[in-house]
Amino acid sequence: MINRTVAPEITDPVNFHLRLKPYKKFTLKNGIDVYTVDAGAEELMMVEWVFYAGNWFEDKNLVAASSNFLLKNGTATKNAFAINEHFEYYGSYLNRACYNETATITLHSLTKHIGELLPVVRELISESTMPEEELKIYKQNMKQRLTVNLKKSDFVAGREIDALLYGRQHPYGKYSSFEDFDALTREELLAFYKQYYQQGKLVLFAAGKLPSDFEQLLNKNFGDIPVNNIVVEKKGLQPAVEKHYHISNDPDGVQGSIRIARPFPNRHHPDFMKVAVLNTIFGGFFGSRLMTNIREDKGYTYGIHSYLQNNIQNSAWMVSTEAGRDVCEAAIKEVYKEMKDLREEIVDEEELHLVRNYMMGIILGDLDGPFQILSRWKNIILNNLDENYFYNSINTIKTISAEEIRELAKKYLNPEAFYELVVI
Amino acid sequence: MIQFEKFTLANGLRVIVHQDLSTPMAVMNILYDVGARDENPERTGFAHLFEHLMFGGSLNIPEYDEPLQRAGGENNAYTTNDLTNYYIQLPAENLETAFWLESDRMLSLAFSEKSLDVQRKVVCEEFKEHYLNKPYGDVGFKIRELAYKKHPYRWMTIGKELSHIENAKLEDVKNFFFKHYRPVNAIMVIAGNVTVGKVKELAEKWFGDIPAGEKYKRNLPVEPLQTEARKMEVKADVPLDALYKCWHMYPRLDRRYYIVDLITDILSGGGSSRLYQALVKEKKLFSNVECYHHGTLDAGLISFDGKLVKGIKMEDAEKGLQEVLGQLKTELVAENELQKVKNKTESMIAFEDISIMSRANSLAYYELIGDASWINFELEKYNSVTTEDILQESRNIFSDTNCSTLYYYAN
Repeated sequence: MINRTVAPEITDPVNFHLRLKPYKKFTLKNGIDVYTVDAGAEELMMVEWVFYAGNWFEDKNLVAASSNFLLKNGTATKNAFAINEHFEYYGSYLNRACYNETATITLHSLTKHIGELLPVVRELISESTMPEEELKIYKQNMKQRLTVNLKKSDFVAGREIDALLYGRQHPYGKYSSFEDFDALTREELLAFYKQYYQQGKLVLFAAGKLPSDFEQLLNKNFGDIPVNNIVVEKKGLQPAVEKHYHISNDPDGVQGSIRIARPFPNRHHPDFMKVAVLNTIFGGFFGSRLMTNIREDKGYTYGIHSYLQNNIQNSAWMVSTEAGRDVCEAAIKEVYKEMKDLREEIVDEEELHLVRNYMMGIILGDLDGPFQILSRWKNIILNNLDENYFYNSINTIKTISAEEIRELAKKYLNPEAFYELVVI
Repeated sequence: MIQFEKFTLANGLRVIVHQDLSTPMAVMNILYDVGARDENPERTGFAHLFEHLMFGGSLNIPEYDEPLQRAGGENNAYTTNDLTNYYIQLPAENLETAFWLESDRMLSLAFSEKSLDVQRKVVCEEFKEHYLNKPYGDVGFKIRELAYKKHPYRWMTIGKELSHIENAKLEDVKNFFFKHYRPVNAIMVIAGNVTVGKVKELAEKWFGDIPAGEKYKRNLPVEPLQTEARKMEVKADVPLDALYKCWHMYPRLDRRYYIVDLITDILSGGGSSRLYQALVKEKKLFSNVECYHHGTLDAGLISFDGKLVKGIKMEDAEKGLQEVLGQLKTELVAENELQKVKNKTESMIAFEDISIMSRANSLAYYELIGDASWINFELEKYNSVTTEDILQESRNIFSDTNCSTLYYYAN
């Protein structure tokens, strides 16, 4: 008979030597940098065009997001339907997204079709027309979507907490209103498009099984785009003064959306990667203190998480949960209790060892495959870091002491530094 | 081609091994042949609540998650109307930890009162978060009850109502476990950086002595053929009017399932799909539309939903939808258009198969519905669909007497 009460021997993942597979880099004729991870067993690939065209650069709300959205809604030779049909015919996925500093076009495709697709992506970058009619439909449908979203407490809480942390004037804190949509004009979108897409700053990322003539293909399609240097200038934060907020959004709401957050420096700060370990203990995985206490012991919520926001300039440390209307206050009390425990009690070695192993195992699994490897590199590159960031993070996971963790908790997990927001 | 080997333990547990030496990880996927369709109509939501209880400690292991996290692994699970699936990913050298954990909870749970008490609350919060505290959150409940009169697909996996979950008893939990969570009702897939020899050894060692249990014989009520158009109106505190429709379709193993799958892709899902182009872009009746099928094993549903543009009348929106469907029922789709949705399917399968987790999950699924090797023949089945098939099945399915309609009005 086997003894089922004894766990099998394990290899401690904390001893793994994790390695981030290097990227290859080349530069197109016009100076555009291309980072690639050419690997993988399947004939699949992805390409991402990263423009410095995020909402950081707009003078008026929504201009960046709207021009990004309308990129594929018409060019000099194709209407929106024809563009979509082209990408969909080849079974590819063309997405675009607008972030704070950057805005992207992302293409996932079978490698065999990439040659048919790149010329049309080029068309979107150089010849998009953003027709008036498309803008009209977009405004109407986005306003309808906003109407529905505003009924959801999690949506309202998500945007209000960012506004409290950064100020509504700051790109990280601003959000859209119906009036913002109404005020958009085609001329503004085209002007933004001209400055930040047609002749902006662009970086390319590609991963998967890349065709052998990939560099030539890119040069042919994108090597003659005019490029300009675009600088992300610092903008002042205007965090709210008052720290505690209750918003009543739906009188019949059965849950409250709770956000508890404090400002936090960006990835260049020496505490960032250390706090990543502390955060894992606090609320960063299923076995975290918050989850164990507030979900698995008290049953106040389906899930509670804490995380460091993935912003380039300034970050925030956020606790987020949806809890039963009647237990919101109790849940918040427990969040502060967990902060207090981390400030006052030293984390025992067994728990710390578990978290080290867990984090290493997750990173190992996360580096599995070209898309994931490239995505890690992209994060490093866009944050102006280098591979040392990866290796220092690993080293921090392996070596940070329980004492350091308590010091960090004392430094950062102070209730008076946190904004507290409940939306019901 | 996805290669694998299959063997069965003496207690009936089916084991599939899929080796992929390009990854440092291993995956263990265990599928139990039980879903919400197997529930007592007075105790709905139980299969899913039970899934939560599977993490509340087993006979010899008080804590499921901790040892796995210590081994660098993570796990999750999901329940559908048809099945329940548990999966673990961890560094391949620690694979035995997964065997230890999963075999002990297949042997027996700890059946802790505290775990039941807490998870009842957690699931109630999940219910609120996803279905009560969202505008239109109750649509899934209403439309299923309209479309199904007998078959247990008439309730959602989360359960029909909160009280069913609140009233769950420990006795129910025990009965459910010993009825469904036996080796003979399970399929285990091990994938990643593993060898067949090692998996055989570990499977025998950890699962070999678990009593086989009784094979669960499913005997579900058959849904009678719908013969009349069904309609329902709702008024609620939502910002926009919305239109919902659904039509009965074929079971998973019917060849026509593949035809229907392609029909929904022609109708919806991309910027060049018919419904989006006609209803959102050209006629501007809806601000968004979606059309998909539920992918269930027994005869399922095709669903349409769309929010109306403010000022548009429900009748006009519905008429617009009927025109698009009418066209599909009277004119052959172009070869090019059919090829487009086949290409999309090819690409979707290829991208899904990148992750070993997804491959392991699919192998278990195909083994459940027939044979794991079917994973390699899906695309052929899609490619055999013709434009005549699309026309024929559109005519069969999109009839008024096969349709349930929910008019969802804003207050």
